[in-house]
Amino acid sequence: MTPTLPMYLILSAVLFCIGVAGVLTRRNALIIFMSIELMLNAANLTFVAFSRFLQNVDGQVFVFFVMAVAAAEVAVGLAIIVVIFRQKESVDIDRVNLMKW
Amino acid sequence: MELILFIIIAVVAVAAALLVILGKNPVYSTLFLVTTFFCLAALYVMLGAPFIGALQVIVYAGAIMVLFLFVLMLLNLRDPQSWDITGRLRRWLGFAIAGGVLLVALAGVKAATSDTPLDPKLGSVESVGDALFSKFLAPFEIASILLLIAIVGVVSLLKRDAGSVKGGR
Repeated sequence: MTPTLPMYLILSAVLFCIGVAGVLTRRNALIIFMSIELMLNAANLTFVAFSRFLQNVDGQVFVFFVMAVAAAEVAVGLAIIVVIFRQKESVDIDRVNLMKW
Repeated sequence: MELILFIIIAVVAVAAALLVILGKNPVYSTLFLVTTFFCLAALYVMLGAPFIGALQVIVYAGAIMVLFLFVLMLLNLRDPQSWDITGRLRRWLGFAIAGGVLLVALAGVKAATSDTPLDPKLGSVESVGDALFSKFLAPFEIASILLLIAIVGVVSLLKRDAGSVKGGR
C-alpha cells in the first residue's frame, strides 16, 4: 500500500504547526530562525506532494524558488543576528526592542 | 510496505522537529533540524522528485545548516561550555547524517520497486529544468537578482558594523 495525499498533507500541517509553536514560544533568535525554516519545509512538502498527485511539475519548480528565497533569508537574517549580538551580547529577542515605541 | 516506510520517516521527522523547538541547547536543535531535513529529502525521493530531494540535502542540510552552526559557534565563543560540546557534536552530527542518508537510500529503493510505478519523467532533472528555463524563466532570473541582493546586503551589514566598532575604539 502506498501513502495517500492526505497523509502527506497531515504530516506537512503537523510540521508547520511545530514551526509556528517554535516561533511563538522560543526567545532565542536562532531557534526562531530554525522554526521558520521548518515552516518553509512543510510548505515545500505540500508542493511536492501535490506535484506528484496532480502529475504536474510546476510544484517542484516552486520548491526550487522557495529554497532560493530561504537561502537569501537565512543569510540576511543571520547577518542581522550577528550585528545584534555585537551590540547587545545576546540573541534573546526580548532584549531587542529598538523598534518598539 | 511503502506505507510503513512513510510512517517511520514521518514519526522521525515530527519527533526531530519537536526536539528542535523543545531543546535547551541550540547546537542540538540544529542537529535535529538536519535530521528533519533528511527525512523530508527521503519523502521527496519517495514522491518521485529525486532532483528536489538532492537539492534539499545540498541546500538545506548542507549550506543552510553549516551557516547556522557557523553563527552558533561564532556567538558562543565566549561561553566555555560550547567548546566541550564540539566532540560530542561531531559524533552526533555523524550519526544524524549517516541515518539521514540511509533513510534517503531506503526511500529511493522503495520508490524504484513500488507497486504503483511513478512517472519517471515527472520530477527528473530534465523536466524540472525544462519548466524552469521556459515557463518560469522570468522568476528564475528574479531569484538570481534576489540572491545577489542578499549577498550585497550581508556584506554591507557586517562590514559597516565592523568599521564603526573599530572607529568607536
